[in-house]
Amino acid sequence: MPATQTVPAAARMFLSGNDAVARAVWEAGTRVAAAYPGTPSTEILEILSRYSGLHTEWSVNEKVSMEVALGASMVGARAFCAMKHVGLNVASDALMTMTVTGTEGGLVIAVADDVGMSSSQNEQDSRYWGRFAHVPVLEPADSQEAYSMTLAAFELSERLKSPVILRLTTRICHVKGVVHTGERIEVEPKGFVKDPRHWVMVPGNAKPRLPSMFERESAARAEAEVTPLNFQVDGSDRRIGFVTSGPTFMHVREAFPDAPVFKLGLSCPPPLESLRRFAATVDAVLVVEETEPLLETEMKAAGIACHGKDVLPRIGELAPDVLEPAVKRLRGEVVPEPEHVPPQQVFPRPPTMCVACPHLGVYYTLSQMRNVIISGDIGCYTLGAGHPWNALDTCISMGASMGTALGMDKGRGKVDENKKVVAVIGDSTFMHMGMQGLLDITWNRGNVTVLLLDNRAVGMTGGQDNPGTGRDIHGEETARVDFAKLCEALGVKKERIRVLDPYELPVLFKALREETKIEEPSVIITNRPCVLIDHYQPAKSYTVEEDRCTGCGNCIEVGCPAIHVTRRDKVVKASGKEVDLSFVRIETSACTGCGLCVQPCAPEAIVHADPVQSVQSVQSVQFVRK
Amino acid sequence: MSKITNILVCGVGGQGVMTATEILAEAAISLGFDVKKTEVAGMSQRGGVVTSHLRFGDVVLSPQIAPGEADLLIGFESAEALRWSHMLRPDGVALVNSGRIVPPVVNLGLFDYPEDPVAQMRALGLTVHAFDASSLAIQLGNIRLGNTVMLGACADRLPFPAEALRDAVLARFGTRKPQLVDANRGAFEAGRRAVAGEALAATES
Ligand code: SF4
Ligand code: SF4
Repeated sequence: MPATQTVPAAARMFLSGNDAVARAVWEAGTRVAAAYPGTPSTEILEILSRYSGLHTEWSVNEKVSMEVALGASMVGARAFCAMKHVGLNVASDALMTMTVTGTEGGLVIAVADDVGMSSSQNEQDSRYWGRFAHVPVLEPADSQEAYSMTLAAFELSERLKSPVILRLTTRICHVKGVVHTGERIEVEPKGFVKDPRHWVMVPGNAKPRLPSMFERESAARAEAEVTPLNFQVDGSDRRIGFVTSGPTFMHVREAFPDAPVFKLGLSCPPPLESLRRFAATVDAVLVVEETEPLLETEMKAAGIACHGKDVLPRIGELAPDVLEPAVKRLRGEVVPEPEHVPPQQVFPRPPTMCVACPHLGVYYTLSQMRNVIISGDIGCYTLGAGHPWNALDTCISMGASMGTALGMDKGRGKVDENKKVVAVIGDSTFMHMGMQGLLDITWNRGNVTVLLLDNRAVGMTGGQDNPGTGRDIHGEETARVDFAKLCEALGVKKERIRVLDPYELPVLFKALREETKIEEPSVIITNRPCVLIDHYQPAKSYTVEEDRCTGCGNCIEVGCPAIHVTRRDKVVKASGKEVDLSFVRIETSACTGCGLCVQPCAPEAIVHADPVQSVQSVQSVQFVRK
Repeated sequence: MSKITNILVCGVGGQGVMTATEILAEAAISLGFDVKKTEVAGMSQRGGVVTSHLRFGDVVLSPQIAPGEADLLIGFESAEALRWSHMLRPDGVALVNSGRIVPPVVNLGLFDYPEDPVAQMRALGLTVHAFDASSLAIQLGNIRLGNTVMLGACADRLPFPAEALRDAVLARFGTRKPQLVDANRGAFEAGRRAVAGEALAATES
């Protein structure tokens, strides 16, 4: 349980970008910080929750987290919210109007783009939001800057009375570097000032505020031309001058130490006049920006000739090994053959579900069903799309399993009329955005069977608490959602709601078969916890009795990573049909005895292991939670 | 620019790749180096591929090691070491745990595990020191010590004294569970000796 701890004193620290942001948010005297977990931004709030002197929370979704931050700002407190890039899509409704009201207490929005897509469903460029919402965007290049720019963002926010976006990327959030930190200042909230013309955004009040939004943007533009956050690094090799921001600054400096560089820290609004002057001092300009050609387009529109996506990729990170050959080609030089060994072909190692994961039973059951369309969602259970289950047909955005399932049900033609539509969603995703979709299913009489996998954690991001766990960000007890009651309140008939144990395969199978037959909305709630959370209780582990194993391979279909094939064979059946055999063993030290694989094993070859063998059930072969 | 040391640690989610790199980083920090460390985490925690890059020197700019630039490749799992062998400088050194973690896609018969990843790396002309760190750790009483065994194995190939790394290892485990200090000291030295070619029997005492 993350108890509130004393914050380490100012020092030279080795911090990730997320750590550094958290530290600076705390030092800035922030009173309220909120977030919904999302890679790569999750750790910011996790770290902040251990600090004292401020309210921290996991909010149910990013939009709520932003509104919580805005409310705190309205009463004059410094406030903060953090999210991953797709989270800002969700929160944008709040953003697009808070830019009209402006803010009181400094309000900083950290948004982390997953450039390179290590753990996301898309790759998008959050710098656009600065332009769209007319708010300043700061882009740190490493942990030290993440720290100092967070402090600068609060100051800027209060001076301009505007929210400020702190744009991070995976290569900032998860990179550790040396940071010199300071101490917390206390900022006393000025208090709420009742002023409907400021805070009640009806057309009559909002219209007169629009000019102030643009005035503020002009002020930010003027500031961008003079701020020390935007600076130039001189260089002797003037063939190409680089314009860059964020982590690519470091990559450019690494790859081209002698080249002049214009580095943007306050990148929105862009300092176009400074960039024009810079461009005049070099032979050619190359804009190095990850994903979208945003600055490049703005510079070209301002009449500043530059290269950008004509030579650089639009996808993924622009690390030195990507930049070097591209720049060589631009200069008309030959790109030398690499001297190192070429990349070797090795089997893929996709992420998979954990040993004894409660989702295994669900996906095993779904994989055995015919004629189903399975609408999926965002979370660990997206892994059900992989081997051996191949039991997930769609995955779009948080909560989308509900709406897409309903749309499929309503839109299907003759070819699909005999198919069952199933939606699969996790507990936290359900509360984030899924429950509105379920309401839409019941209200519009959808024929959808919803599998609500309640594993009492936000599993994918490391097992954070949510309203279904009955614990807050500090692990302390609070109100707990009752999913069965909630689904009933959303209009699902009481008899169409079942709560069951996902380790009992026959029960699960029967429930799914029955509920998919009945032509009305139904919800099957599974009730066993994520194996990575502290409350998980391992049971006695299993082993395979070699002489009893017939090699049928049924247990492999469960997909538990503790089951390994020892030997393959082929036999010709009496019918003349050739069948493949796979004999198995169970990594007993990894098996936590969930009993799933025991059930499809007809010859009862899977038995409890000798207790002496099963010493450390959580050995490090895989899946040990830090 | 002064020489930067590049270390790439690779393995499988859950093996402790990130913790090991963190400890290496702490040792470098304690000696006053500028240090940057980066990894691809996220979904890799679920049994996927994990790599962690560590760079240290006077001033480190980009946190990422480019292909062909790693001075040291520490492979916590053999096939993973092979997967990342193109990251090694032609004159670099690979320290490889010859232990294997077979993924479900291989168990399902969809892909083959390479016959001998270490031999394959050597055939590419790379300098590889390999030993079964997983078995060694189990013999020492806990597979989790594999992490420390691997750190011990690289201790004599760093541009700073092995003791700095050992202190960082012990500091990390000592604060959490003091009783683990001795076990980790033993594992560290066992790894050091194993890579120096000593038989495991000699390490038992
Ligand atoms: S009982 Fe079977 S499915 Fe469950 S953890 Fe053990 S090996 Fe995996
Ligand atoms: S299900 Fe039973 S018989 Fe079939 S492969 Fe697995 S252990 Fe062997």
